Amino acid sequence: MKGRAPQDPGDPRPEGGEGRASRRVTGAGEPTLWNAGGAEWLKGDGPSSDVVLSSRVRLARNFAGFRFVARCTKEERSQIARAAKAHALSGEVWHAGGVIWIDLNDTPEIERQVLVERHLISQQHAKGSEPRGVAISVPDERLSIMVNEEDHLRIQVIRAGLALEHAFAQSSQVDDAVEARADYAFSSRWGYLTACPTNVGTGIRVSVMLHLPGLKLTGEIEKVKRAAGAMNLAIRGFYGEGSEAIGDLFQVSNQTTLGKCEKDILAAFEREVIPRVIEYERVARRTLMEKRRLYLEDQLFRAVGALSNARLMKSDEAMQALSMVRLGVCLGFFPRMNLARVHELMLQTQPAHLQRLARKELDQAERRVERARVLREAFSA
Amino acid sequence: MKIKCDRCAADATVHEVTLKSGEKVEHHLCESCARSAGIAINAAISLEKLVTTFVTQHAAAAGPRAVSNACEGCGLTFAEFRQKGLLGCPSCYASFEQQIGPLIERAHQGATHHCGKTPAKAEFSEAMRQRMTLLRQQLSEAVASEQYERAAVIRDELSRVTEPAPRATSENPPEKSPAKGAAKASRPKRDPAQGEEKAP
Repeated sequence: MKGRAPQDPGDPRPEGGEGRASRRVTGAGEPTLWNAGGAEWLKGDGPSSDVVLSSRVRLARNFAGFRFVARCTKEERSQIARAAKAHALSGEVWHAGGVIWIDLNDTPEIERQVLVERHLISQQHAKGSEPRGVAISVPDERLSIMVNEEDHLRIQVIRAGLALEHAFAQSSQVDDAVEARADYAFSSRWGYLTACPTNVGTGIRVSVMLHLPGLKLTGEIEKVKRAAGAMNLAIRGFYGEGSEAIGDLFQVSNQTTLGKCEKDILAAFEREVIPRVIEYERVARRTLMEKRRLYLEDQLFRAVGALSNARLMKSDEAMQALSMVRLGVCLGFFPRMNLARVHELMLQTQPAHLQRLARKELDQAERRVERARVLREAFSA
Repeated sequence: MKIKCDRCAADATVHEVTLKSGEKVEHHLCESCARSAGIAINAAISLEKLVTTFVTQHAAAAGPRAVSNACEGCGLTFAEFRQKGLLGCPSCYASFEQQIGPLIERAHQGATHHCGKTPAKAEFSEAMRQRMTLLRQQLSEAVASEQYERAAVIRDELSRVTEPAPRATSENPPEKSPAKGAAKASRPKRDPAQGEEKAP
């Protein structure tokens, strides 16, 4: 041991001393995150990307010798945030590319909501006024480390398509690098100790974002939901816990974190559960193409009609129409559109993104006008 | 055999179990009767939240013996955990092990022990813990069978394993721990009873 004080969650080293040109430390508002080609998972080119939007692995970790976040004093939270920032920005943790650190306390609400909409932080993390932050890899936005959310660290990796094992490999690598610099709260019986006992053990949450319009149109989606429930999997909407399944997007994730090793949890997901759902969805799409072609085409072209002509567009309506376009792209109906563009529009028409684009605050009515305008521009071509 | 809807002849697909004054009341309904009865069938409902609710409800049922205990690490009482469903510090797992053990098991489909990734440092300390358990066992056996020379060798070996590592130096003064006692439970590798490990 290097004689580190027992409550020190590692060794916060000076930030400027590790100078790599690609690693950038900055506050919110830095254009790097938004203008550099977008998040990798939006590109729509991963395995099984016709059905799987993205795969995410999240590891919950806490430093030894500290209380869990909800019970920390402000000073303790600051101490954790400082140390976590130093770890997150260190060369050992960040192997490639650039990284930005965003102090959420100094970040305006719209910017925080933009991060939520891009799946880089949780809604819970966006709220509050205590010391907390997030480190994000740029420009790929593949890796983010939430600091002082429910746990001290939530290490998250998102990849395009069905790529859980890759996502886990990267999150685990980051986890190892942090662990080399700090001590985690761990018990040989309960594993990684977390604030909520539902996350204890591996602390892993494995999620796959599925696009299931075929099953929705054939009316079989409830069957899939029941089957997932029976396998003790959670099904949530596009924006996680408590959100509705808008745009036929469903996030499936594991519920239990104790007693099964990461490898088994991942294998069950990547090789059994998700491929089965993918196959159901593909069969449903084939059925629509072969037996209900007119109905399918009607749905797809009505959606394009609305997107190219509407003057007022609600968020749900936009997502539903974009879902149909996504389906149409996968089935070869819209050769001039592609998945990356559809995904980009799904994000761009979210409330905070719209306001960012307009460079001003917009109320709900104004957002509907702006959303319709953005979509008309994209589809009138 | 399929359960029939309480209100019509259709198969019941919605099963509601409620507790009224400790009595379990079950309702089995088909989807349309459930909707007309105002039971929300919402797939977007957070199962994680349900599990947390389940944990807190069962924690509430764990009884009054738990209520007065406070965690030695952070002072959280079991009643507070019951309210929020969140523990206060790593030591809470040891402080409330008896109460939360069964709840964790139920929330994790009967799992009782961690399986999977382990911090490299904890792996080292776990190996040391097992070594010490073995040495203590061998020491008792040697004493019991009056093999005093062998006992002395084992005792020396034990003291080598448990020899405390150098403490904090003046360059690195120990600070007051924000979660007193938390370090003990959350850093099994530095259990004072076992001595500190040396850097692997």
